[in-house]
Amino acid sequence: MCNDRSSPASGAPAPAAPGTPEGDAGTSLWRDAWRRLRRNPQGIAGAVIVGLFVLVAVLAPVLAPYAGTALPGRGEITPTSIPGIGEVPGFPLGLDRFGGDVLSKLIWGAQASLIIGLVSTAFGLIGGMLLGAIAGTFRGWVDAVIMRVVDILLSVPNLLLAVSIAAVLGQTPSAVMIAIGASQVPIFARLLRSTMLAQSSSDYVLAARTLGLGKGAITVNHVLPNSMGPVIVQGTLTLATAVIEAAALSFLGLGGGRPETAEWGRMLTYAQNELAIAPQLAFLPGICIAITALGFTLLGEALREALDPRSGAR
Amino acid sequence: MLRVIGKRLLLLVPTLLGLSILLFAWVRALPGGPASALLGERATPEAIAQINEAYGFDRPIIEQYFTYIGRLLTGDFGNSVQTNRPVLDEFATRFPATVELALVALAIAIAVGIPLGYLGAKYYGKTVDHVSVVVSLLGVTVPVFFLAFILKWIFAVQLGWFPPDGRQSPRIDATHATGYYVLDGLLTGELDAAWDAIVHLVLPGLALASIPLAIIARITRASVLQVYGADYVRTARAKGLLPRIIRDRYILRNAMLPVVTTIGLQLGLLISGAVLTETVFNFAGIGQFLADAVFRRDFPVLQGFIIFIAILYSLINLIVDVSYSLIDPRVRVQ
Amino acid sequence: MRHSARRRGLIAAAVLTTGAVALTGCVQSEREEGGGGGDAGAFVFGVSGEPVSLDPAFASDGESFRVSRQIFEGLVGVQAGSADPEPLLAEEWDISDDGLNYVFSLKEGVTFHDGTAFDAAAVCFNFDRWRDFEGPAASPAASYYYGNLFRDVGLEVTCEATGDLEASVTLSSAFAGFIPSLSLPAFAMQSPTALEEYQADDLGGTLEAPTMTEYAQEHPTGTGPFVFDSWDRGASVSLSAYEDYWGEQGDVTDITFQVSGDPTASRQALEAGTIDGYDLVSPSDVGVLEENDFRIESRDPFTILYLAFNQRSDSNPELSDPRVREALTLAIDREALVSQTLPEGTEVADQFIPPVVAGYNDDVTTYDYDPERARELLDEAGIPEGYELMFNYPTNISRPYMPNPETTFTAISGMLEDVGITVNPQANEWGEYLDRMQGGTDHGIHLLGWTGDYNDTDNFLGVFFGSDSFEWGFDNPELFTALAEARTAADPEAAVSQYEAINEQIAEFIPGVPLAHPAPSLAFSPRVESYPVSPVNDEVYNLVELAD
Repeated sequence: MCNDRSSPASGAPAPAAPGTPEGDAGTSLWRDAWRRLRRNPQGIAGAVIVGLFVLVAVLAPVLAPYAGTALPGRGEITPTSIPGIGEVPGFPLGLDRFGGDVLSKLIWGAQASLIIGLVSTAFGLIGGMLLGAIAGTFRGWVDAVIMRVVDILLSVPNLLLAVSIAAVLGQTPSAVMIAIGASQVPIFARLLRSTMLAQSSSDYVLAARTLGLGKGAITVNHVLPNSMGPVIVQGTLTLATAVIEAAALSFLGLGGGRPETAEWGRMLTYAQNELAIAPQLAFLPGICIAITALGFTLLGEALREALDPRSGAR
Repeated sequence: MLRVIGKRLLLLVPTLLGLSILLFAWVRALPGGPASALLGERATPEAIAQINEAYGFDRPIIEQYFTYIGRLLTGDFGNSVQTNRPVLDEFATRFPATVELALVALAIAIAVGIPLGYLGAKYYGKTVDHVSVVVSLLGVTVPVFFLAFILKWIFAVQLGWFPPDGRQSPRIDATHATGYYVLDGLLTGELDAAWDAIVHLVLPGLALASIPLAIIARITRASVLQVYGADYVRTARAKGLLPRIIRDRYILRNAMLPVVTTIGLQLGLLISGAVLTETVFNFAGIGQFLADAVFRRDFPVLQGFIIFIAILYSLINLIVDVSYSLIDPRVRVQ
Repeated sequence: MRHSARRRGLIAAAVLTTGAVALTGCVQSEREEGGGGGDAGAFVFGVSGEPVSLDPAFASDGESFRVSRQIFEGLVGVQAGSADPEPLLAEEWDISDDGLNYVFSLKEGVTFHDGTAFDAAAVCFNFDRWRDFEGPAASPAASYYYGNLFRDVGLEVTCEATGDLEASVTLSSAFAGFIPSLSLPAFAMQSPTALEEYQADDLGGTLEAPTMTEYAQEHPTGTGPFVFDSWDRGASVSLSAYEDYWGEQGDVTDITFQVSGDPTASRQALEAGTIDGYDLVSPSDVGVLEENDFRIESRDPFTILYLAFNQRSDSNPELSDPRVREALTLAIDREALVSQTLPEGTEVADQFIPPVVAGYNDDVTTYDYDPERARELLDEAGIPEGYELMFNYPTNISRPYMPNPETTFTAISGMLEDVGITVNPQANEWGEYLDRMQGGTDHGIHLLGWTGDYNDTDNFLGVFFGSDSFEWGFDNPELFTALAEARTAADPEAAVSQYEAINEQIAEFIPGVPLAHPAPSLAFSPRVESYPVSPVNDEVYNLVELAD
């Protein structure tokens, strides 16, 4: 569904390969990118949001008054009433249906989102890298077969792919991460292959080849490191996708573990039943998801523009 | 041209065959089966076995697959386990709802997305641009179902401006000849029914529009930016042409090509993307039925509906490609 | 350039706003019209899903029966507000001493919607029809109730018209619950003419692909107060009053069963005025709706929510130890569970049948909340602190006896953890969940329940404990025999005391914990002045009273 943001095949300005001779070369490309990034207000906003998010996630044990699954307010809730924001001392953002402290759960939810995001992005990245590297290194029929499969998978809307995978995996806590990660594999594979193709026709690869270096060595030492720019951009954007998709999977009733787990998508899902008496239970986690995803997207877009100045040129 | 189209249509066959195999494997890999979902608490192992036998779910999967394909060739997509009606009929009754919704969403996305993207490009780097970028990004970063909830909560529940769900008010006595409620109302002259159907389309249309709106805005912005820097625009400016003429004749026309492609692609995605929106707004389209089929493990519906959607998606893509080559003679259909 | 762009933008904004204003204006005016009451007899009821079949003989789901109860009537009805059988199309019946022969005297002057007279021949046509189902029609997916109560247990039913308005029905063996079972909508009387004309028994062509008949989709024909009008797929089913109805017609002239989705969506539809009422109100919505002058009606509980122990569990074989089962029972504070997570009107349970069902034992052994004793018992049984117990629950489902499984699960988990047990939560989607509970041994303790179909003890106890099952995983021949004897008792009075003894037997055996009898509630707009609530959902809308 959200696959424009993540799919390089969609017609958005494709990230050009960094390191292609254009103006400066080598390390100054990254320095240049950094300079451009600092000047981009959207990028700064994104970085600030992401920074705050990571800080909250990492410091959750210190910041949160209660543990994520604790139900300190179990005695305060009844079927027809749930204390809201500021209604019970000790629970500034109120309680949820299970008697959990909403503030604590939002804080722990940041950590859960960060873990889901990182693990599934890593999963997608590693899987995509393997496929892309194999295809890009061996070419020929290996390439053809892998890319054919990747193309078919890319034609399925990303969220639908994740839902299909998660539905088969059943309701285990890791299902969501695996499903989101796996649905990102084709995107990363295609991205890596295309950047690697661009790289391998570049001068320094030619030079390395003339020096008699092996295929594998060239790939690992030269092509891959120089293909990292677009991958970093895509990785940042995937973090945003992961946060949103994790919520969507939760909403569709996929993913396992305990119902009171501190996870934004889960909180939002259970809040549906209580919309009449406690709409804040839906709004708070929903806003957290949107802001976090926005942060990663802004940062990712800014990185893209920074690494590829042409995409934003007038 | 016709030969190319014919070739593309022929290519559909192996693609659909591959898809049907994947689908069949996926559906059978889902934990649980249709029988227990159907019987509920009353399911006993014997009753489940009887139902699986009746539907042939107990036979070897390869045999099931070939039986299924054999039936498909005669146009028989099997019956829904849940409703006991032919899958084809179920699709036909629900399809118009989704088409109506998708068209409304697309209209909203175009009407808002293109101006938004254009303004962003025009005021590149200025506040307007930042606003345009953030708004379009919000479109993809706010989860669709959350947006749907907010829209419904504010405009239907709190303000009461729009109906909270459904396609038409049950108190309206309307005749449905085509299944397209708006069209039905107009055809039969029941204008109140048509209007009622339109009112029911607004909120789900807005929710469904969010993602394509964002994408269209982004593509428009990027594409206009590119054209701005093009030599012919510079030349036109140098010639002293009126800004309006430059915008209409040079910039917009040239910048619209990628936008048109995107719009075409979005239409296909909208139909599959309707699952979440239809669920929240209880909008009786194919998306809602499909989501339900996943939970009820209604195998024939899952297989049939997804194949229909894939065919539709491919056909829309083909039409987009063809029309693209008509707009721009430099492009050839491949 | 800058100018015109801005102007365009303004125009666009203006168009959008006027559009929105026009739209809202229209919705509001429409609503006023609705309030003005052009169609005073229209009653729109919000349902969570469509009926499966309009032919009740081929239905077993609540939504199908909700509709068919308006269209059809059976020989036996249900007393208002209770679960007990009372005469309906049969005015009275005589039962032979051996409990095998039933002679029904039929009501006079009743006609089906198609004009066919209701007589003994029509009654026997229906009995014969059920008996003669074959092929797909005899699958549990189609004629579930007939199969379950008669066909599958080898109970043969023969019917003979001994007079114009007298039908004699003979059973091949005694069945204490025969009369109450006839109050099930599945055994409602249908017009022989219509059944034949629209080939009601011809379910699809092949075994692999049974389809609903034309009759079940377009031509259901009964004797009830409402006639089928139309079925708008995915959206609604419409009925209208039957002019020649033999009984009282009432205020309602048109019924629309509108699909209004989950409880939250239904509540919003009720508040927006799109529907007049809906069933299974979410417990958390009750207070808000009452505050806003909506009418809340609660059914007397005819449900049971239980926590089952699987004595053949792969993960927790210790559940076969009665001390462990008793300890788990003592660890659960049912009072707190009910007050914190279940709807108002819910009764705490100590048996697997609701109090109104025959055979309810007032002196049954109970296990009151006692965490100390629970810990001691666990200790005695050699269960270590932190013992991991698999706890299964379903997700994304709301049942009349279990409005919100997740909250019930969380509350019980907390109680178990208080006595030193580590809960291993296992969630599954509904269908998958049932498969896992009823089709294998890979489960520990789990939540499930039952809504009674009619007032028959066997419809509860026999379903749960009638035979060895995967769900409970025990073989208790003594209990199985006792249940079989009570079921086939010729004398209903004797059956009652047998069931009382069985309830005690179950309480001592502790196959699981009966938790509560949740009371489902309905909500209505203020224009609905009264609604005939029934514990077994026998709610016919000619008894609905509407304000003028």
